[in-house]
Amino acid sequence: MNTQATTSPLPSVAVAPDLPDLLPGFERPTGLLGVLRRHPMLALGGALLVLMVLIAVLAPYLATVDPTALAPARRTRAPSVEHWFGTDMLGRDIYSRVVYGARVSLTVGFSVAILASGVGLAVGLFSGFVRWADAIIMRVMDGLMAIPPILLAVALMALTRGSVGNVVVAITIAEIPRVSRLVRGVVLTLRDQTYVDAAVAAGTRAPMIIVRHILPNTLAPMTVQATYICASAMIVEAILSFIGAGTPPTIPSWGNIMAEGRSLWQVKPFIVFFPAAFLSVTVLAVNLLGDGLRDALDPRMAREF
Amino acid sequence: MFGYMVRRVVATIPVMAVVALFVFSLLYIAPGDPAAVIAGDQASPADVERIRQSLGLDQPFAVRFGQWVWLILHGDLGTSIFTNLPVTTMIAQRLEPTVSLMIITLCFAVSVGVPIGVLAAWKAGTWIDRVVMAFAVFGFSVPVFVVAYLLAFVFALELEWLPVQGYTPLAQGVWPWLANLILPAIALGCVYIALIARITRAAMLEVLQQDYIRTARAKGIGPRGILFLHALKNASVPIVTVVGIGIALLIGGAVVTESVFAIPGLGRLTVDAILRRDYPVIQGVVLLFSCVYVLVNLVIDLLYTVLDPRIRY
Repeated sequence: MNTQATTSPLPSVAVAPDLPDLLPGFERPTGLLGVLRRHPMLALGGALLVLMVLIAVLAPYLATVDPTALAPARRTRAPSVEHWFGTDMLGRDIYSRVVYGARVSLTVGFSVAILASGVGLAVGLFSGFVRWADAIIMRVMDGLMAIPPILLAVALMALTRGSVGNVVVAITIAEIPRVSRLVRGVVLTLRDQTYVDAAVAAGTRAPMIIVRHILPNTLAPMTVQATYICASAMIVEAILSFIGAGTPPTIPSWGNIMAEGRSLWQVKPFIVFFPAAFLSVTVLAVNLLGDGLRDALDPRMAREF
Repeated sequence: MFGYMVRRVVATIPVMAVVALFVFSLLYIAPGDPAAVIAGDQASPADVERIRQSLGLDQPFAVRFGQWVWLILHGDLGTSIFTNLPVTTMIAQRLEPTVSLMIITLCFAVSVGVPIGVLAAWKAGTWIDRVVMAFAVFGFSVPVFVVAYLLAFVFALELEWLPVQGYTPLAQGVWPWLANLILPAIALGCVYIALIARITRAAMLEVLQQDYIRTARAKGIGPRGILFLHALKNASVPIVTVVGIGIALLIGGAVVTESVFAIPGLGRLTVDAILRRDYPVIQGVVLLFSCVYVLVNLVIDLLYTVLDPRIRY
């Protein structure tokens, strides 16, 4: 214990005795770097994702040859100095195809995350605030959630021609129910908060209450959910392309490259291996980012899961 | 209690109605005119119109939906455009491999996922916990077909322990049947294990903080007794819930796993139907899988009251 405080003469007031630092100053690292240091998962996931985005953006410079250029004379070559990841059944350079494939995966992942979050947020807010619509909307969402997401996307893709846009729409529709439920849940708990009651009592209009009190509170869980949707969308896109119901075969995507390597995988496993590795690393990056964000945005949630 | 069960069963009706409406709309807006297909190339527009009327295709949406639901309730899912076989027959032929794969995966995933989740919660904060949680993140991130190829490459091609592809019916012996399904089940089970392990750990951490766990420990009950008799039983509700929700992952994953391992199941049927645009088959499979998913979750909801007698609705 501190001895100085007791030995100092009591009557003399004014100046407080010099207390030794019992607890050495703990400087919480601040700023972006500080956050990254406290959440290594966030840093790792973010770094990997940035790397993948760079690969996608710089694809024309990174690719060694045109990813769609056919070279029948050099089919299914094993990885070499000339063709880093080998060549496929039509003699196309797999390295260049994989680099371009990052574009499709990331485009689909980000688009679906943004679209599903946006629509889901709107539906969830509407459902949480408008009592009469809530029952109907939630029954429809329950119904859509009863169809396994991949099957739902597959069924929608069966209706249309394969294109990246259609893939995005199909996966988005499959993801919307989950976001809506999440947002609606947040809205329903917030509605009972006293500060919302106070806002209502003060005569604040509903749109203002949503913007000022509800929306900011949905933002953290929504961001985390959006990253998980992004990861899931990239996997579903690859699965759709893999079974031939996704991105058209003319566009190199990781799922397409794997689909093309499928018949040969027992003799030429490298065709499947490289796109698979890139897909896994990218999804891992986004999932790490999501876990990191969850811990960083809501410390109470950190211990769960 | 009985009232709750009735209400819960009744609550599945609107859900199934939405599913049915969605699946029917799929066929309704699907490109192609069934009447023209049936009439053939030589038919005149008048013939096509007559066939359309005889099939009831000129009726309004609501009437056709009603007729379609009526047929389904009588076990008629329509006829495949491609093979001309009833969809129910085609599904029945493909049922065994998929059901086998799912049951084995389910057993495998629960018997791995729950113990490692319990272990992670018991050793929370140690390296064991970190390894389990790292595995869970990997399980979520590595797509099912990547795991499938990896396993097939190592254990079937390189080590030659198990068959690479195919399916042997159970009627031809248990071991040949099982040997063909081990690798697909592990591949399909990875995500599922990750999901179960995460929820088990979270639920167990919650329960292990309770007073009755401290009382049990004070009574001198060993860690195994506490974990599996006292804690796991009380943590079972969220675990069982996630097992039910995870069935959706299994169904989606089965489509891919069956493609990789050339298993002639419902997943293959779905993929073939999509490539051939065989809408009645797609419709039938989606309807069947959704029905199973809804029913499984219904049973689980009803199980809550058995698992946790405190739950009263």
